[in-house]
Amino acid sequence: MADTVRASAVRESAAPGLPGRVREGLRAYGLIAVMWIRSTMAYRASFVLTTFTNFAVTGLDFIAILLMFSSVDALGGFSLPEIAFLYGLSSLAFGLADLLIGSMERLGRRVRDGTLDTLLVRPAPVLAQVAADRFALRRLGRVTQGALVLGYALTTLDIDWTGPKLLLMPVMVVSGGAIFCSVFVAGAAFQFVAQDASEVQNAFTYGGATLLQYPPAVFAQDLVRGVTFVLPLAFVNWLPASYVLGRPYPLDLPRWVAFASPLVAVACCALAGVAWRVGLRSYRSTGS
Amino acid sequence: MGSGRLYAAVAAGGFRRYATYRAAMLAGIFTNTVFGLILVYTYVALWDERPHLGGYDQAQAITYVWIGQALFKTLGISGGGFEDELMERIRTGDVAVDLYRPADLQLWWMAADGGRALFELFARGVPPFVIGALFFPLALPGDVAAWAAFLVAVALAWVVGFAIRYLVALSAFWLIDGTGVVQMSWFVGWFCSGMMLPLNVFPGVFGDVVRMLPWSSVLQAPADVLLGEADPLGTYTFQAAWAVALLAAGRLLQSLATRRVVVQGG
Amino acid sequence: MTGSESGFIELDGVEKVFEVRKKTGFMKRERRRVRAVDSISFRVARGEMVGYIGPNGAGKSTTIKMLTGILTPSAGRLRVAGIDPSRDRRRLAHRIGVVFGQRTTLWWDLPLVDSYRLMHRMYRIPDARYRENLDRLVELLDLGELLDVPVRQLSLGQRMRGDIAAALLHDPEVLYLDEPTIGLDVVSKARVREFLRELNAERGTTVLLTTHDLQDIEQLCKRVMVIDHGRLMYDGPLAGLHEAGESERTLVVDLERELPPIEAPAPARVVRVDGPRQWLAFPAAESAAPLVARIAAEYPLVDLSVREPDIEAVIAKMYAEQADRAVS
Repeated sequence: MADTVRASAVRESAAPGLPGRVREGLRAYGLIAVMWIRSTMAYRASFVLTTFTNFAVTGLDFIAILLMFSSVDALGGFSLPEIAFLYGLSSLAFGLADLLIGSMERLGRRVRDGTLDTLLVRPAPVLAQVAADRFALRRLGRVTQGALVLGYALTTLDIDWTGPKLLLMPVMVVSGGAIFCSVFVAGAAFQFVAQDASEVQNAFTYGGATLLQYPPAVFAQDLVRGVTFVLPLAFVNWLPASYVLGRPYPLDLPRWVAFASPLVAVACCALAGVAWRVGLRSYRSTGS
Repeated sequence: MGSGRLYAAVAAGGFRRYATYRAAMLAGIFTNTVFGLILVYTYVALWDERPHLGGYDQAQAITYVWIGQALFKTLGISGGGFEDELMERIRTGDVAVDLYRPADLQLWWMAADGGRALFELFARGVPPFVIGALFFPLALPGDVAAWAAFLVAVALAWVVGFAIRYLVALSAFWLIDGTGVVQMSWFVGWFCSGMMLPLNVFPGVFGDVVRMLPWSSVLQAPADVLLGEADPLGTYTFQAAWAVALLAAGRLLQSLATRRVVVQGG
Repeated sequence: MTGSESGFIELDGVEKVFEVRKKTGFMKRERRRVRAVDSISFRVARGEMVGYIGPNGAGKSTTIKMLTGILTPSAGRLRVAGIDPSRDRRRLAHRIGVVFGQRTTLWWDLPLVDSYRLMHRMYRIPDARYRENLDRLVELLDLGELLDVPVRQLSLGQRMRGDIAAALLHDPEVLYLDEPTIGLDVVSKARVREFLRELNAERGTTVLLTTHDLQDIEQLCKRVMVIDHGRLMYDGPLAGLHEAGESERTLVVDLERELPPIEAPAPARVVRVDGPRQWLAFPAAESAAPLVARIAAEYPLVDLSVREPDIEAVIAKMYAEQADRAVS
């Protein structure tokens, strides 16, 4: 029968190895994200409203900072534009991660209601499918808001720009986004074990983003050590920003650490990837 | 008093339902503690620069942070109570069934949310507060009367918080996709209740206006009672006025919505 | 590269053990090992259509999850088309189709055809083959007018047909169906069954289906496997199952008032009375008409309904008879 001639040669052409997997994952991510964007557009008015809301409300914490500065001139030794600089970088990096894979915090719910299984029978990496789940362009609201605050900081601050400083700006945003992405992935991996504990990751994602809006001098040294050496959020903005602003580094770290963000980001992503694999394997062996 | 027993049972159900999610409870305690820590350090920096900002000394400001973390989930300041479920029922049309129950829709959900709030006060509210008290110097009253006055203010704060969230949930009758409204209400609640910054620090006319809004009776009011910064009776009056107004608005909206459901259903 | 024809799906001593933590107090929990699937072995040949049945929690869906690569077996050997599902999940995905009865994989807010376009890209189905398959499935499942309708506006039956088409666009060699007719009306059920019969006969697709509906099995499957408590209780032709548990239908009768049990002609008999409502059991093979006529003539009848024999009843009877045999 002609029907039994299968097109398996075509289907199984996916390249093996890590680069092949990454390419496959990105492709699946793109396919699913587009579907979600089109789904959102089915309710266009609601989309416009939620995007605007997202933009407006994510700015409320900056308004709180402005209110603080109506009473003081500096906080932790930083002026308002300097804090705006930290705030903008933190919001931008976190906003990008949230835009790209923010829905991963819903993984626990998918495990509980069993819909994760429908992703496991598809010929695409599960991580990519979960990451693209409920992809929402309205999250551009936070990114835009972060960029605007950063823009305000850059026009107000009198930075003595040099090549390395200029280079550091995009590097910081991309590495910071990647570090936050790895936190999202690790948090989702944890939800394989504890499905109801999705709130824990809020402490590191939203909590981390809030922490980084203020200068390191505000916080206890042990806390700063923790977010430098254990969960290296300090590499999102504190360290590179200290270099750009010409400010003393927290913990008397050497000058070069400002440029270590990309390496830290790669390491974080690798660790998060391992955590994800362990989590998924445990799901597939326990089914819960 | 048959109906009283009914609502008590609903409240007990709400309490038990939340008590089953132990991991969620521990996760919540952890998260509230982390957020509390971050806020405490920023407040310390702020009050170092400007001692007696907003009439608080530093210990009072720190205490304010932990009161906020204790009440955040308990009072649903950024949502998280019954409203997701009610909105889902409105969206799917299941609410029509609720309307035919021999119970009042508003009271029903209020009882359920009351059970939840009571559970979350003990399970998620008290632990971060205790952790805060262990590691930071807090300004707490020594006499029982002040604590009792505080608890009354918390109860009234819960009523106001419920009434606000009930209005938000009912919006689902008119909106296909209520995500925007819900998100807006979360953030407005979070900001205007003083989760980010005590309202007495808000400057000028802006501060005066925010302090008159209903959200100020959710966190700022009970906090000021505990910190000895406000006269309990005056605070209760303010809270009760908002509670009555908002609950009445909820009833009005509910009757409009009911008519709508009946018309659509027929 | 595929297994021998006799064993397209092969299970040898497959087990799945879960560790369940049960709450015994507010803070206390007890760990317990549960054998959801206990040393199951069977073979399904290419082109077979097999019913996989059992009560809730018997281990049906655990087995399906292992066959589709979702879950890793704790022990034993498992092959589908020569592939170890848990190791080669994504390669296997190209060769199997899965329909979860109660979980649609279609995109709620988008026209039906958009979900198919996603499958086209995700499974890398060659364009010509996609066109051909889509046209054929649209015709057979009568989806023509539904393609541009958002999925949220489809009825349950339409959605199930849409889901089945989505699972078949990439020409899978085996199709797993988990409760494909649950909640469907009579017409939709008939249409789904008719389609599955054709799919199996014309294209030789191997079909494994779990169901609660005995009629699904009767109309579709020559072979039935019964699982309970994680063990394979029966594997053989449907007729044998009937022998094992001679099934009965139930006539539910509402009388005007409470009356003593209806005196029905044997073998029909009253099995339960609750106020004015009475339940009568009668052989599944017999028509209900004479019985109904007789009751209507002699009793003040208000309402009645006939309940089909369900799998759980058949299995329960099967156990009872096995126990009898063991004794004698």
